[in-house]
Amino acid sequence: MASGNREPFNNTVVEWIDSRMPIFTLLNKEYGVFPVPRNFNYFWNFGAIAGFMLVVMIATGLFLAMHYSADTGLAFNSVERIMRDVNGGWLIRYIHMNGASFFFIAVYIHIFRGMYYGSYKKPRELLWILGALIFLLMMATAFLGYVLPWGQMSLWGATVITGFFTAIPFIGEDIQVWLLGGFAVSNPTLTRFFALHFLLPFVIFAVVFLHIWALHICGSNNPLGIEPKTRQDTLPFHPYYTIKDSFGLLVFVLVYCVFIFYMPDALGHPDNYIQANPMVTPPHIVPEWYFLPFYAILRAITFNMNLYFLLGLVMLLLLLVDFVWRKKPVYLSAAGGLALLVVGGLLVLTGFTGDSCQRIDAQWLEANVGFKNMCGTLQALPGMSAEAAPISAKLGGVLAMFGSVAMLFVLPWLDTHPVRSARYRPLYRVFFLLLVVVFLILGYVGSQPADASVAGVPLILVGLLGTGYYFAYFLVILPLLGRFEKAKPLPESIHDVVLAKQINAETKI
Amino acid sequence: MTAHMHTEHDDDGETRRDFMAILAGAFGAIGAAIAAFPLLNSLSPARDTLALATIEVDLSDIPEGSSKTVMWRGKPVFIRHRTPEQIKAAESVNLQSLIDKQTDEERVKKPEWLVTVGVCTHLGCVPMGQKESDNHGDFGGWFCPCHGSHYDTSGRIRKGPAPKNLTVPPYAFLSDTKIKIG
Ligand code: HEM
Ligand code: FES
Repeated sequence: MASGNREPFNNTVVEWIDSRMPIFTLLNKEYGVFPVPRNFNYFWNFGAIAGFMLVVMIATGLFLAMHYSADTGLAFNSVERIMRDVNGGWLIRYIHMNGASFFFIAVYIHIFRGMYYGSYKKPRELLWILGALIFLLMMATAFLGYVLPWGQMSLWGATVITGFFTAIPFIGEDIQVWLLGGFAVSNPTLTRFFALHFLLPFVIFAVVFLHIWALHICGSNNPLGIEPKTRQDTLPFHPYYTIKDSFGLLVFVLVYCVFIFYMPDALGHPDNYIQANPMVTPPHIVPEWYFLPFYAILRAITFNMNLYFLLGLVMLLLLLVDFVWRKKPVYLSAAGGLALLVVGGLLVLTGFTGDSCQRIDAQWLEANVGFKNMCGTLQALPGMSAEAAPISAKLGGVLAMFGSVAMLFVLPWLDTHPVRSARYRPLYRVFFLLLVVVFLILGYVGSQPADASVAGVPLILVGLLGTGYYFAYFLVILPLLGRFEKAKPLPESIHDVVLAKQINAETKI
Repeated sequence: MTAHMHTEHDDDGETRRDFMAILAGAFGAIGAAIAAFPLLNSLSPARDTLALATIEVDLSDIPEGSSKTVMWRGKPVFIRHRTPEQIKAAESVNLQSLIDKQTDEERVKKPEWLVTVGVCTHLGCVPMGQKESDNHGDFGGWFCPCHGSHYDTSGRIRKGPAPKNLTVPPYAFLSDTKIKIG
């Protein structure tokens, strides 16, 4: 922010301020003439859209807070009062309520965009991690906010989510009591959730600032994934991208408004219009849609992770670590690596099958003697019982869920391929698009009751397979592709590609 | 003076001043942690929340085969007046087949009366099964709708993700038809 070589402004007021504190110089540098790749597509709109949504949430939230009462005796009615009696209160609430959903839509597209075009790769790792942190904080904020209206889903959602902590061995129950300020989700819980829900968006705001700072150090990625080299590859941010961002935002807000005005409760759950009742659990608890894939991962782990499974997993992870980070001198010989793979894989399989045997229907086992014998042998192994498993199914589910978000944080080091954009990585492209499909399927699985099945296939199995693919994508597929995938030749420059497209279009006319 | 400072360098070129800086930093960090304690401590249950509520429950209005739900410490407590068949089913289970191995005897004071905290040990939902018309799960006790845990007529976990049996709260019989919970 050195004011050394400052261009003077013509407007005397602006110049008076700028010569004392060069804020206009700064704004002009970062948002006026800031060079941006000229080949953005519309996926590059969602960062600005997410920023807009944050401002909308803070503005509407502030006014909701002026009418809201954080007390279990008053909360539900105060929200109903906002809906019926406060002038335009229904509008403010619907903007806030649907705003959370649209904020997540924007951020999900923003994240998947970054993955498709390799925006997390060097030198943008820190930028990416700050983004993942924003996502995590958003999830916390939305969870806390959903408790405030004190409906049935508020109470039971909070009960289930804070119940995760009881999975921690020994101190879990105490942690939960400390978080809740009581033995169940109750008044002390609501008051602290309100305070934190008010605070966290401002923390998000601060992290967004860091995110943009990091962005403006290394500049934006682009659909080709190659760095701009000359001035011909870029355009000044203003007016080119201020206009493009505004247009995209307009379209987005139009869809958002359709929800606010015509189907405000479509994304919510009707049970949340029933006041919280600690004596009755709704028959089917579902989180908000934006949590569903992670909820499916939580529920997918129905097996205990016994010593066999964990030992095998550690061996496979060792192999992976060696594989991803080994430079020229190879730590593991090919034979050593293969041995690790085979032994680790067998151990994982043994542990998993042995544990699953405990849940197989006894009648089915009688009818399938081969399986019965195998289960008998496996279960006779020492340390195979459920009690001996260091990680119970419950803890395993919680770890898998947090682990799935943690994948985002380590992604820059799992994908070692030098080429960024999926346009030039045909295999990566297929696996990535499959990941998006799997993520959506997991979302569907998360929305269904635990024991549901589709066309005879139990959804719990679909959830397990989806979870398996999710982790395999990050931990196995990406490292493998990083070593073996041959990329298509990269273009000389952004300018070349844009020009070729133009010429192509003109000759067609 | 300068000469004196030079002599303070030890062999690795570290000075007393470096040491003092590290010490001051460490003390600052400890001080900050101590200052944070009262804030974090204030989140623990307050004295009124902790005040161990005890409640007395009249059992005379619970006919055999039905149940009553009461509130204790903000949580539901299930009281079931069990039928002879239900008692028999609970007692005749093979311990080896249980996830959380407990005999029915360990879980009741009088076989007709089963008293448990009505909170699923998985993630804390209230299981169904208190009403006649509810889903009682595969083992005739309770069924947790959240992630599908089945409890038997002794409130023991038999199937599903919950790791433990329904908790038995501390309680005592004041008379044949009255208990005190807590
Ligand atoms: C990151 C930004 C934010 C997100 C994702 C978010 C999310 C949510 C969600 C999901 C709800 C529940 C909506 C419902 O079902 O009624 C909610 C409610 C609420 N939020 Fe926020 N919020 C954000 C920012 C804020 C801010 C900055 C404030 C205060 C300054 C605030 C104050 C409130 C209040 C008072 C309620 C309860 C009223 C109601 O339920 O409509 N929010 N929030
Ligand atoms: S809370 Fe009861 S099964 Fe999950």
